[in-house]
Amino acid sequence: MNFEYVRASTAAGAVSMLAKQSDAVFIAGGTNLVDLMKRGVVSPMRLIDINTLPLKEITLSGNKVTIGALALNSAVSEHPLVIKHFPLLSYALKAGASQQLRNMATVGGNMMQRTRCSYFYDTVMPCNKREPGTGCGAMQGINRMHAIFGSSENCIAVHPSDMCVALAALDASVIIRGAKGDRKILFTDFHRLPGNTPEKDNNLQPGELITHVEIPVNAFQQHAYYLKIRDRASYAFALVSVAAALEMQGNKISKARLAMGGVAHKPWRLTEAEAFLKGKEATETNFKAAAALAMQGAKAYEHNSFKLQMAPNAIAEALKKATSKA
Amino acid sequence: MEKQFFFDADTPDPDRVDGRAKVTGSARYFAEYTLPDMTYGVLVTSPVTKGRIKALDTKAAEKAPGVIAVLSHLNKPSVPGYEAPPAEGRGPGMRIFYTDKIYFNGQPVALVVADSFERATYAATLVRAQYEKEEFRTDFDANLDKAVAPRAPGAAEYKRGNIDAYKNAEVQLESEYFIPTEMHNPMELHGILAHWESPEKVIMYAKTQGVKATQQTVTNLFKLQAQNVQVFSEFVGGAFGIALRTWPHEVATVMAAKMVGKPVKLVLTREQMFTMVGYRPQAKQKLGMGATKAGILTGITHEAIGQTATYDEFTEGIVNMTKFMYACPNVNTRYKVLPLDVCVPIWMRGPGEATGAFALESAMDEMAYRLGIDPVEFRIRNYAETDPQRNQPFSSKYVKEAYQMGADKIGWSKRNPVPGSMKNGDWQVGYGMSTGVFTAGRGGATVRAVISDDGMLLLQSAVSDIGPGTGTAMVKIASDLMGMPFEKIRFELGNSSLPPAPSQGGSSTLSTVGSAVNDACLALQEQLAILAGQKTFAGKTKQDIVFSNGRIGLKNEPASAIGYAELLRQNNTPAVEVTKDSRQGEAARKYSIYSFSIHFVEVNVHPATGVVKVTKIVSVGDAGTIVSAKTAASQMIGGAVGGIGMALTEEAIMDHRFGRYVNHNFADYHVPVHADVPHVESLFINKPDPIINPMGAKGMGEIALIGFSAAVANAVFHATGKRIRSLPITPDKILQTKAV
Ligand SMILES: Cc1cc2nc3c(=O)[nH]c(=O)nc-3n(C[C@H](O)[C@H](O)[C@H](O)COP(=O)(O)OP(=O)(O)OC[C@H]3O[C@@H](n4cnc5c(N)ncnc54)[C@H](O)[C@@H]3O)c2cc1C
Repeated sequence: MNFEYVRASTAAGAVSMLAKQSDAVFIAGGTNLVDLMKRGVVSPMRLIDINTLPLKEITLSGNKVTIGALALNSAVSEHPLVIKHFPLLSYALKAGASQQLRNMATVGGNMMQRTRCSYFYDTVMPCNKREPGTGCGAMQGINRMHAIFGSSENCIAVHPSDMCVALAALDASVIIRGAKGDRKILFTDFHRLPGNTPEKDNNLQPGELITHVEIPVNAFQQHAYYLKIRDRASYAFALVSVAAALEMQGNKISKARLAMGGVAHKPWRLTEAEAFLKGKEATETNFKAAAALAMQGAKAYEHNSFKLQMAPNAIAEALKKATSKA
Repeated sequence: MEKQFFFDADTPDPDRVDGRAKVTGSARYFAEYTLPDMTYGVLVTSPVTKGRIKALDTKAAEKAPGVIAVLSHLNKPSVPGYEAPPAEGRGPGMRIFYTDKIYFNGQPVALVVADSFERATYAATLVRAQYEKEEFRTDFDANLDKAVAPRAPGAAEYKRGNIDAYKNAEVQLESEYFIPTEMHNPMELHGILAHWESPEKVIMYAKTQGVKATQQTVTNLFKLQAQNVQVFSEFVGGAFGIALRTWPHEVATVMAAKMVGKPVKLVLTREQMFTMVGYRPQAKQKLGMGATKAGILTGITHEAIGQTATYDEFTEGIVNMTKFMYACPNVNTRYKVLPLDVCVPIWMRGPGEATGAFALESAMDEMAYRLGIDPVEFRIRNYAETDPQRNQPFSSKYVKEAYQMGADKIGWSKRNPVPGSMKNGDWQVGYGMSTGVFTAGRGGATVRAVISDDGMLLLQSAVSDIGPGTGTAMVKIASDLMGMPFEKIRFELGNSSLPPAPSQGGSSTLSTVGSAVNDACLALQEQLAILAGQKTFAGKTKQDIVFSNGRIGLKNEPASAIGYAELLRQNNTPAVEVTKDSRQGEAARKYSIYSFSIHFVEVNVHPATGVVKVTKIVSVGDAGTIVSAKTAASQMIGGAVGGIGMALTEEAIMDHRFGRYVNHNFADYHVPVHADVPHVESLFINKPDPIINPMGAKGMGEIALIGFSAAVANAVFHATGKRIRSLPITPDKILQTKAV
């Protein structure tokens, strides 16, 4: 398969190049896109390399930190501003993939990475996300890694990112450049649930470029924890992960932010559990009650019923770890 | 000249002779060879699990840029050997491109040859095939009732004493165990580079555990003269058994090279590594065990069903260990195979014994807890001093010492034996142990030894080295015998034109080829003594002569010593060459010759997340003389890593609606990573076996893995009170299993 390769040098240029050809895509680190091309899952006619766009900076201005979409996962995880203000993000990034991959992967690419569902990856199998209308292979198939929240009869895939779970918990926003200029949306509104359009992972519109992620400065530094449960100690996607960020007064939780990974088509924010925990003592009982609230509406399939047990355990455990921190 | 055991722990241990080449990248693996005019092959595989190819349209592929040929059952060159009847006890085998039949999903249906790998890869996507699908069976669990007795002679049943005697025992146990399909997944992908230098002569750069075996297979299939079939395989990037047979895609490449008249190189993709080069077959086992209250075994029944293919039978020794490991008067085993529409399995490190040891050694642990006896003590109470299966002595067995050594090292006696009683913060702590055993074999091999007047000793044998450090061990043997420094000795292997040696498998290379090195060195010594006798040692007998520091001399007369090179020069002899064939003698048949291993592990289990971490490993090898301490320790470490994979992470998962694996890549098929592996403490008994061979050394590649998974499962039980009988022990299983 032949494809064209071009390099963009400005964000505006990248956007207009993308607009010109419907089969064009951006390539950043390439750690996901190139795999998908090799497997025949996607076959773009034109690759627009955005790696030289000036979007790698991480800066603090006023009460927010802005991270360029091309900042590398490794660079973000090690950046002093991130370590100081958002240790949770650093933990989550370091729990993802491997150092080699993080050295290539970008923030924008991480947000845009596709699901790791086997049926999506194998072009011989049915998959509504890859080929709408062919059916969901996972629904009656091997669905151990799959969603327990927010799935539809068309798709039970999960979003595989760790970074995005932390960003969802940290009330981040996404800055997007389109032909008509910039727009900003909440990070939690960026990814979608599958519904009837599982082929759409997120709300980025055709022709748009992610330029930045913004995170408001907060006071969660002392009580942040990213728990990732996986099949081996490193270099594996989450069975379940939990990002927990808290503000504490003594043993009392004054503010809680919680999000889960490995359970839904998007990073799964636990707003009811957060509301419940506000003003509560940090006790095992309260953690378990919060976890139980978070699990309402969960639905398992043949091979992932363990998540109904693992997910609440993980929430309670992450809360325990976050609150016990100095 | 009778050789005493020469190994001396004080002689220095060589660094790996090929270590520098490997870490600097100068070691060349088959895929790194290029030949003039070389072309590239890429396979098209069947997305259908069973049926036949109705139509194959290769026109678009043939017209694609750079494509030279598309090979399939429609246009293949004739392979005379495909007409021969199959070997006894096996199915017809997979004769690639022979007919339109599909035996399994992922089977090659065409081979595209192009002038570049990329062009061949692209053209392969243009081949269009239509299939007539048939109903198929891939689901092992759902078809257990279709298991049959294997055709392989003697494999089906074994009995000593009474059948199912455990059912009358004071204390009884009946448990079922499952291990999933496990993929070898060596780092190096499989494949081959083949080139016909003339219509009668083919050369191959291969990934093979036996250059002679590959030569033999191709010789037979293409009806050639063996000396016109040359196979090179100097370096192999891991194999674990995957390269113990010549696979259909290798034959296809040889066919393609013949067809296009140019060299063809084919390297599988990682995904194809899951479908066409075998695997450790999944197996279901049932252990019935009976003992007296005092902890004396009275009966063991071991039943196993292993997966095989419909088109070829594969059997392995799943129930073997049970027949002789413990001094139990009544033992019976039943072994069946379940033919499915899948690729045929192949031995994977520790082959069937590793599967069987998981069941037997888990059951031993279960019984020990049931009896309230320490698991080590329970094994010692049932210790087999002689082989109860063959009723003859073991050649050597130091397993009691090994139990002690391992137990001391890990602090076994300091643990609280009550399950679920030990903690490390939030983590539950557990200790487990197990035993492993494998036949210590010795076949026949030939080694040529040439010592030249530049002072170099060259040893040659057509063995392969898939990584254990064969060259290093051989150099060490020769160095000790000849009294020469390592750097003056070179061991050449991986070339079918060298003197014959068997395939590297079944932990027998050191024993087999090492013996031939030993014998060749002794023959060389005799030649040197004759040479020396002509001038220097007139009238002396062999017993008076010593070989050390690169010199031959008279005992207690250092002044008489003369360097080998000088001796040759004095005699105007540029080189002395000997070739020795060496094989096991009849006398050894009176002994049962096995290598043993004991594994102790400590695990931490997190009760809320279900995560299991192996935190300590002590493996003790009872494998006779340890010839090369460094490479032996590496074997034990590698076995422990493979064992962690088997116990905790590895499982090839198939969707039986399609007959396709869903985790055929390194992201989803989890081999252990560094973070999963603690420091591995490997200890050796290091006492020579008096029977097996002149070095007293027994093989140890397999025992490093055999039994390991049971030690982990047993430790998980001790940590949690949860008995998990189905591997791998993933976090979900920890959460979903109840403590007993
Ligand atoms: C073996 C393996 C294991 C992994 N394990 C983990 C893990 O445990 N946890 C985890 O979180 N991740 C994991 N990953 C995924 C990894 O994080 C992603 O592959 C990576 O973040 C993608 O970033 P990239 O820059 O390489 O994206 P690319 O591959 O270059 O691009 C991915 C997609 O994003 C689009 N894109 C990129 N940048 C922009 C932008 N600025 N605006 C709009 N669109 C854009 C591209 O067009 C493309 O469609 C793993 C990956 C692999 C291969």
